[in-house]
Amino acid sequence: MEIASGPSTDSSAARTIPIDSSSILYEFKQQNLPACKPVLKPSYVITTFLLLGFIFLPIGLTTLCASRTVVEIVDRYDSECVPGAFRGNKVSFIKDSSLPKNCSRILKVRKHMKAPIYIYYQLDNYYQNHRRYVKSKSDQQLLHGLNSSNTGSCEPEESNNGLPVVPCGLIAWSLFNDTYTLIRGTKKLSINRKNIAWKSDRDSKFGKQVYPHNFQNGTLIGGGKLDPNIPLSDQEDLIVWMRTAAFPSFRKLYGRIEEDLKADDVIVVHLMNNYNTYSFGGKKKLVLSTSSWLGGRNDFLGVAYISVGGSSIILSIVFLLFHIKIPRPYMGKTLSSLSRKDVSS
Amino acid sequence: MKRFVYINDDESSPTHGLYCDNRISNRKYTLFNFLPKNLMEQFSRFMNQYFLLIACLQLWSLITPVNPASTWGPLIFIFAVSATKEAWDDYNRYLSDKTANEKQVWIVRKGIKQHIQAQDICVGNLVWLRENDEVPCDLVLIGTSDPQGLCYVETAALDGEIDLKTRVIPSACTGIDFELLHKIKGVIECPNPDKDIRRLDANLRLFPPFIDNDVCPLTIKNTILQSCYLRNTEWACGVAVYTGNETKLGMSRGIPEPKLTAMDAMIDKLTGAIFVFQIVVVIVLGIAGNVWKDTEARKQWYVLYPDNDPWYELLVIPLRFELLCSIMIPISIKVSLDLVKSLYAKFIDWDREMIDLETDTPSHATNTAISEDLGQVEYILTDKTGTLTENKMVFKICCISGNFYGNEAGDASKDKRLLNAISSGSPDVVRFLTVMAICNTVIPVRSKTGDIVYKAQSQDEDALVHAAAKLNMVLTNKNGNILELRFNTLAIQYEVLETLEFTSDRKRMSVVVRDCQNGNILLLSKGADEAILPCASAGQQTRIFNEAVEQYSQLGLRTLCLAWRELKEDEYEEWSFMFREANSTLVDREWRIAEVCQRLEKDLEVLGVTAIEDRLQDGVPETIYTLRKAGINFWMLTGDKQNTAIQIALSCNFISPEPKGQLLLIDGKTEEEVGRSLERVLLTMRTTASEPKDVAFVIDGWALEIALKHYWKAFTELAILSRTAICCRVTPSQKAQLVQILKSCDYRTLAIGDGGNDVRMIQQADIGVGISGREGLQAARAADYSIGRFRFLRRLILVHGRYSYNRTAFLSQYSFYKSLLICFIQIFFSFISGVSGTSLFNSVSLMAYNVFYTSIPVLVSVLDKDLSEETVMQHPQILFYCQAGRLLNPSTFAGWFGRSLFHAVVVFVISIHAYAFEKSEMEEVGMVALSGCIWLQAFVVTLETNSFTILQHLAIWGNLIAFYVINWIVCAIPSSGMYTIMFRLCRQPSYWLTILLMVAAGMGPILAIKYFRYTYRPSKINTLQQAERLGGRFLSLGNIEPQQRLIEKEVAPLSITQPKNRNPVYEPLLSDSPSTRRSFGQGTPFDFFQSQSRLSSSYSRNCKDN
Repeated sequence: MEIASGPSTDSSAARTIPIDSSSILYEFKQQNLPACKPVLKPSYVITTFLLLGFIFLPIGLTTLCASRTVVEIVDRYDSECVPGAFRGNKVSFIKDSSLPKNCSRILKVRKHMKAPIYIYYQLDNYYQNHRRYVKSKSDQQLLHGLNSSNTGSCEPEESNNGLPVVPCGLIAWSLFNDTYTLIRGTKKLSINRKNIAWKSDRDSKFGKQVYPHNFQNGTLIGGGKLDPNIPLSDQEDLIVWMRTAAFPSFRKLYGRIEEDLKADDVIVVHLMNNYNTYSFGGKKKLVLSTSSWLGGRNDFLGVAYISVGGSSIILSIVFLLFHIKIPRPYMGKTLSSLSRKDVSS
Repeated sequence: MKRFVYINDDESSPTHGLYCDNRISNRKYTLFNFLPKNLMEQFSRFMNQYFLLIACLQLWSLITPVNPASTWGPLIFIFAVSATKEAWDDYNRYLSDKTANEKQVWIVRKGIKQHIQAQDICVGNLVWLRENDEVPCDLVLIGTSDPQGLCYVETAALDGEIDLKTRVIPSACTGIDFELLHKIKGVIECPNPDKDIRRLDANLRLFPPFIDNDVCPLTIKNTILQSCYLRNTEWACGVAVYTGNETKLGMSRGIPEPKLTAMDAMIDKLTGAIFVFQIVVVIVLGIAGNVWKDTEARKQWYVLYPDNDPWYELLVIPLRFELLCSIMIPISIKVSLDLVKSLYAKFIDWDREMIDLETDTPSHATNTAISEDLGQVEYILTDKTGTLTENKMVFKICCISGNFYGNEAGDASKDKRLLNAISSGSPDVVRFLTVMAICNTVIPVRSKTGDIVYKAQSQDEDALVHAAAKLNMVLTNKNGNILELRFNTLAIQYEVLETLEFTSDRKRMSVVVRDCQNGNILLLSKGADEAILPCASAGQQTRIFNEAVEQYSQLGLRTLCLAWRELKEDEYEEWSFMFREANSTLVDREWRIAEVCQRLEKDLEVLGVTAIEDRLQDGVPETIYTLRKAGINFWMLTGDKQNTAIQIALSCNFISPEPKGQLLLIDGKTEEEVGRSLERVLLTMRTTASEPKDVAFVIDGWALEIALKHYWKAFTELAILSRTAICCRVTPSQKAQLVQILKSCDYRTLAIGDGGNDVRMIQQADIGVGISGREGLQAARAADYSIGRFRFLRRLILVHGRYSYNRTAFLSQYSFYKSLLICFIQIFFSFISGVSGTSLFNSVSLMAYNVFYTSIPVLVSVLDKDLSEETVMQHPQILFYCQAGRLLNPSTFAGWFGRSLFHAVVVFVISIHAYAFEKSEMEEVGMVALSGCIWLQAFVVTLETNSFTILQHLAIWGNLIAFYVINWIVCAIPSSGMYTIMFRLCRQPSYWLTILLMVAAGMGPILAIKYFRYTYRPSKINTLQQAERLGGRFLSLGNIEPQQRLIEKEVAPLSITQPKNRNPVYEPLLSDSPSTRRSFGQGTPFDFFQSQSRLSSSYSRNCKDN
């Protein structure tokens, strides 16, 4: 784009009254502020698109590379971890608390994974963003505990047997409670489960003096239970869970492995398959993933950048061809030779 | 209904306390009713009702997706702003009322003079005024310092006329002693308060011992009305008849009907469409939500839907969506529009190039709400005198008893023959000059230097008196009824017996005077030819005068015929009795008087014809030329004669001379004649419609009356076909009717005029423009815009109107764009949140987005100029885009709708994919999407801005910075929902990569399409832009697609074949340059008239028929 002209104050020269005609306020009043008037000239537009393409392509490639360096092991276990007899009726299996829920999975490490390795659980078709769900918590109560009576938003998990529930609300009530133990060879891999929640949440959203109270005591048991002796600010699983996800497919951090996993390592996962996703057909996955500067493995940005960059280069070439093939009606010299037909077309 | 006012009333009289006191109140509100009344007023608007409903629904926490504050906040803010503005205006009114009410005045109570506050004046009180005092209420004069009982008032505040007006005490009160006035008693019978400031039909009866018991008639001449000033009179004393808000001024104060611009109507229409769209979305999503709830959500055990729904459960989800989608209709649009509209008005007020340097009057926009309409004007209806012309009358030439006077330069006052005739005392000439000098209402005032200054109500009279003075007949003094003249060295005195005033129906005025030398009673008359010549005595040949009138009017001069008659003493006495009787009637007084006057004004001896020149204003032909080129049609509506009107029309480019132009005359005295004539003209119009010919029709008031009455349909068709029309001899109400006809055909009309007779037309038209000129400020006061000169109209329309239209078009569509953008994202999000009506954005962001982040940058679009002023002036055809509403209509709106949909898809798709899996935290994703919207809208504003001033840069980029600063501040508050979110995001490279991607993916296609259109399918605006900015030579625009006009415009609601099919070819109307045609009424135009003899002959026939 071209900056065609500076101040356009030719007409103001004829003014007879010389009242501070230079001041900005005066020019504003006369709608005569100096202005730059860009023109969409072909050369500028074509260059813009070309430049856009040449910036976007390398960014895209870098991003894609970063994403590709991330090694990720995803294992879906929700259907495998139901004993064969219950395959036809998974819901009754998961609801029967007398049945053992332990399950073992074997994961193969295909590529070398550098520490820290993040362990996520992934839920699909789980609507943490549902209108009833997402609001069903009380920030006040999480911070101030029983002192806070501002728990109206927690309905229908506000109180139980006449006693208030801490932490109240559907989100806390449906806490995810599958557990994982990872064994490499014969040695148990230590999983660091500290600092998986945001520091800001631990420090100022969840009270250090607030202990779970009357939690999961009702007739209807939702998800996991909480140790009533640990303050909420240290219940990191809860804190992570309560950062509701915006999409029905999401991963939440379970812990970190602080050592490298070598290629071809075999890892045995002992898990407790407690959480009910069967009634709504949700999937559960265990994810082991390394991390890059962009976060986890996600090709979207890279692919999108490459395609946007590519299309803008194509576009600039198309415009260039247009520019060469079709005469432009307005460029300097051609202006005078312009016929009426061109204008009204 | 009548009221009886007892003069010098004391507490015991029957009417005491019956009428209101003199407390003036212009206030709309009181302290107590302010809130309810103001709220009621605000909630009478549909938009506000809608927002209130939304805000109330949000109080139901079960359905509200966001904090109710997100609607209540802006709503309260908007209401507070409007209410504060109202309150401030009302407070100012209160203050000015207070000063007026507490002003000290002298009144008489119980025979004693007292000093009291103006608000304590009661009806019946005697009020004393001194020179230069403001009149506190409507008074009937009963005494003045002048021995003749005269006083002078300035009525500028009332009717805008700046000349002094004479007021006289009623005859019954003459000669009452100063002391006795204190004790005067009597009763005034007057009508109930009305707002007619030119009329008072009342009677006065004094009680004994004062004079006699006779009823004395009162007219407006015997009153001094509220807010006038007493001038040139030492003191005056009057009885309060109307007080407080019941005065003539108080009654005429009214709230004018608010005018709605075509653009507002279009915005309302679009709002309605969006509302319907919103309802559809709500219903569809509501049903989908309920279905999803019953099929899916019940399985999602963690949502814990109760098994037994309350009865309203079915409504909950639709209502939630209603709330979620309520932002589709931007709450900020009204405030933004009001704000920019008042700025447009300010720009007009501030414009240095629209200041009349001669009188130093700036232009003023009284109505701040209709600037956009200026850019969409299709018809201009203009008055002639004072609007196109200077209204600076100069006596030029005359014809006295068959002799034509006037030298080569066309100036009779230098004609030797006339001067000789004067010095030799030719009786015809002397009589002629006498009539010129005294048949008027001019007041000579001797200034301090001894010169005589004439105060005249009409410019014609002023010109005649001055001319008479120049020809040695000087009006030296007016002392009560005695007029003093000086002819050469001879002093002559006349006593004025009666004045038969000028009215627009009578079209003449007369005075009855007694020559003090010989006691003869004379009737002197002057008036329009058709009002005087038919009254000529049977024996006199008036043909020569008819010829003179015709010849003069072909020169574009205003003619007046002068006549006189000697009255016999008894004839006068008899008539005088009738006249007085007519004067004291309460019913139909004006009509009765006219009838009585008619009896006297007969058998006149016509003395001659005067011709007065009224020069064209500067720049009128150029202005009309430019505006016609811009596709605006001109109609001239004048009270003047046909030939004068046509002559003026020719000289100011109104119509083209032959062979390019063609005038079609509609005339006739009877219904059939007019009908036939109309039919003929219509036929010609239809056949010439396709030719590039400049056809205009001419119609006079009489034929118009018939045409409007009997041939409404045909005349409407004619109005549609004709680009130019000249209507002469029309009355104020006919002017208004013509405006009405054009409006009924759905044309945007602008009426421009300067005098009181244009007020109705100005108020009737879509836009009224008043020229603050010599005929007073009446028109300027009634108008939406007042300008000093006609030529400023060009700038007003082409610059201010056009820019306003363009800017509002962008602003309003952009407002919808940004609201729809955020709303579409919410709708998309609901599909991945179980159609439950969850809001992706938090309440704070939503509120700030609508009222802050997106409204500030767009507000500076009021500075945007797509083309420079010079370019627009050179290529006025470009106004076509505004007239046809090309920049704001359903199809451009669809473009913006599509753009917001596209941008919503871009933002939504990119944010859900880039922030998938472990990053999918609600608050974060919400902020990413919001940042994307903010960035995109900044670039949209950038792309749509045509010229960047420093303010635009500040607003666009400053707003972007402000967005981050504000969010960082909010993110630093631990209790806020988005605590630390923005800090986290800004540290992530992926956030910035995502934003960059959104901008590129969102703006790339928009830029490409815009570029393609701009370069390969340019609109005329684009072409001019490129020519202007790249410094190339300006090219001829050629024709702007004429056929579009037919397509764009809907068919008029009238059942007329081919409505609006007027010649839309924008050929340059004149081959020669407009500047060469400025000279007044000379040369070529005459040929035109000779070839148009049909016109002239038919005109003279009209005259004879009269």
